[in-house]
Amino acid sequence: MSRRRFIRNSGLVAGGLVGGGVIGGLIGANTRTGEQAVNPETGGAQTGKVINFQQAPLYFSNMERFAVLEAACERIFPEDQNGPGAISLGVPFFIDHQLAGAWGYNAKEYMQGPFYPGSEFQGYQTALLRHEVFDEGITAIEKYSSDHYEGAKFVELDDEQKDEVLSQFADGEVEMHGVTSTTFFRLLRAATLEGVYADPAYGGNKNMQGWRMKGFPGHQMSFLNQIESEQFIEIEPNSLRNYTDHH
Amino acid sequence: MATELPKKEAVIVGMGWTGSIIAAELAKAGVEVVGLERGKERGLKDYYVVHDELRYAIRYDLMQDLSKETITFRHHLNERALPMRQMGSFLLGEGSGGSGVHWNGQTYRFLPYDFQIRTQTIEKYGEEKINQLNLQLQDWGITYDELEPYFYEFEKAAGISGEANPLGPERKNEYPNPPMKETPITAKFKQATENLGYHPFHVPSSNMSQTYENQYGATLSACQYCGYCERFGCEYGAKGDPTVAVIPFAKETGNFELRHFANVTEVIHEGGKATGVRYIDVKTKEEFIQPADIVILSGYVMTNTRLLLTSNLGSPYNPETGAGVIGKNYCYQLLPGVTGFFDEERFNTFMGAGALGASIDDFNGDNFDHADLDFIHGGNIACTQTGARPIASNNVPAGTRSWGSEFKELSINYYTRSISISAQGASMPVRENYLDLDPTYKDAYGLPLLRMTYNFTEQDRNLYHYIGERLDEIMLEMGASQISERSNLENYDIVPYQTTHNTGGVIMGDDPGTSAVNNYLQMWDAENVFVVGASAFAHNSGYNPTGTVGALAYRAVEGMLKYREEGGNLV
Repeated sequence: MSRRRFIRNSGLVAGGLVGGGVIGGLIGANTRTGEQAVNPETGGAQTGKVINFQQAPLYFSNMERFAVLEAACERIFPEDQNGPGAISLGVPFFIDHQLAGAWGYNAKEYMQGPFYPGSEFQGYQTALLRHEVFDEGITAIEKYSSDHYEGAKFVELDDEQKDEVLSQFADGEVEMHGVTSTTFFRLLRAATLEGVYADPAYGGNKNMQGWRMKGFPGHQMSFLNQIESEQFIEIEPNSLRNYTDHH
Repeated sequence: MATELPKKEAVIVGMGWTGSIIAAELAKAGVEVVGLERGKERGLKDYYVVHDELRYAIRYDLMQDLSKETITFRHHLNERALPMRQMGSFLLGEGSGGSGVHWNGQTYRFLPYDFQIRTQTIEKYGEEKINQLNLQLQDWGITYDELEPYFYEFEKAAGISGEANPLGPERKNEYPNPPMKETPITAKFKQATENLGYHPFHVPSSNMSQTYENQYGATLSACQYCGYCERFGCEYGAKGDPTVAVIPFAKETGNFELRHFANVTEVIHEGGKATGVRYIDVKTKEEFIQPADIVILSGYVMTNTRLLLTSNLGSPYNPETGAGVIGKNYCYQLLPGVTGFFDEERFNTFMGAGALGASIDDFNGDNFDHADLDFIHGGNIACTQTGARPIASNNVPAGTRSWGSEFKELSINYYTRSISISAQGASMPVRENYLDLDPTYKDAYGLPLLRMTYNFTEQDRNLYHYIGERLDEIMLEMGASQISERSNLENYDIVPYQTTHNTGGVIMGDDPGTSAVNNYLQMWDAENVFVVGASAFAHNSGYNPTGTVGALAYRAVEGMLKYREEGGNLV
């Protein structure tokens, strides 16, 4: 079956379905191991183990540090009865890819000096670029964990302890080099939610499961015939991929 | 060494709504006109993959590159202003169509009260009302009745879909299109406000309720309610957008040339008249001089004000004395809001359109009595259904930590079970809120950044509090299981998005001593310079500004054509 044919058969038709089955769609999506329930490259009939080439670091080069990012994201958006957490959704790779690109290097931000801390109402005033903020943040998480939990690594802490650490960062209680821990934590939180809910083209929101959990149908061409509906309408989501299926 | 180009009759700086309208109308009248736009060219075909929340709504793909230019900000004269290093409180546009590409399309007419706010406030409440609140309040030098036909011209250009506002000013014509669809959310708001004795109506919308052809022969498609308006271009051409609705016509006249990547750095002038503008090709860094008989500044509030200040044109405003005019009366808006959490109902919150909504004007302008209130004016209260997108929409009840398991549970649950309503609180000018040039920070071309000195005032805080109480009442009447906690308005914060309704800096009026431009937006100090946009607002009202910006653009064009025939000061 050609790729185009597959999409016509599954994605677009499914996009027109109304009601039930959306939550059921989560079942069978083996998200822990990088397998995909549906493989658009080879066709829907084959659901075996598939390599997801996006799940590789482009920014991080030290996997122990990447593991700190993974563990922190997972506490911000944990796996629970509502569905997958940040790791299953590919969020750490999403953040890694963002840090490697224009956002991580503050391409559209004003970064000329001089730099002053500023008031709490004057916003981002650090001289650090976002990728440097993450570098400092991970270093600081490791140091804080070691200092307060008898030399333990962050990833070795239990969930409650991890949350204690992250709360200290959120509250600005941790000394960091060149940036406040609040600024770091806000970036980390924002990037995590972005990875959960951005289009899967960016490497997170794997299999659109972030969207499915929330009842968000992604990209749909039109709600003209549904906008007046008194009923809540469950719609199988579409991703940006649907725009470009002719390529 | 700048290259001097052949002279044009008119040069326009900035190709958003106002620049596009002026280009179209001047070119139609036979004027040879060139438009200079520092951003890139774009149009319908460039909006093909817009359903991407991260790229457009979160990373601001269509908006200004702050690495090249931003503003600096401080609360008061004794504080050090620091650069707005990343976008937040408001979103600056860039590229052809300007913010008209990624606006929502809510299009109101300011109230008759707005244009004569000083006179009417004194007549009704006495001058002490203004003095008690320390307001620097001015009439605009024009009345609603005089502006009425120009409002309609803009509403036709932008294809406004709407219905009569029971408390709105008199209209001589119906809206060009019928109102947008009613949804369970807009109906709920209307029912609640009617129960409370108010007067709801559908928000006037520049998202088309049907296929529509405007006076420039542009065909706009019917809105599909896809939920991607604000911060996005419309891939259907269903939103009033200058790149679709106006610029193609201007080009067809044969009298209009549009140059992109042209960043104007100076209005060149001598003896009280401009001779042209200087600009940099932002790609090659080459410098050019474009001579012209008429110079039109139609950038954003910040751009217009800064360009006059860096060009030493007009007298800079002095916040110590209140003298001078360029940079005066910078205003913003106050955004009281409430979110209702509905445990028993679920809504299709992800569907919507930028200007789909219902609103009331019972607490806007002077539609309610202020005799016993410690503020003037008010705000339009609206419940809009613009399409909730998942990264930015994480409503949780008060007291919920902003991350972790509970946050995940509640933000997912309430994504489709919460509704917000908000007001656009009018912003009144005071002496200390103003714009000037920053002494330290420079743009990519070495010119000083614009410095904003701004904070909320007692008037603002009182208005915010009063309207906030009304919002809570409405939301409870709508049947919310619980509502968000109301906080007081304290200090202005440049970080969280509030609104891109910035105004002032080059204000209009009838007195050269207190205003920068007359009611044709012609500069008192330079008769062949017209400064068009919300920079001309002498204060900011309780509505989206674009309807009034558009009306003033049509008024200004009339002035330019008159000036072309007669010369001199038009007023």
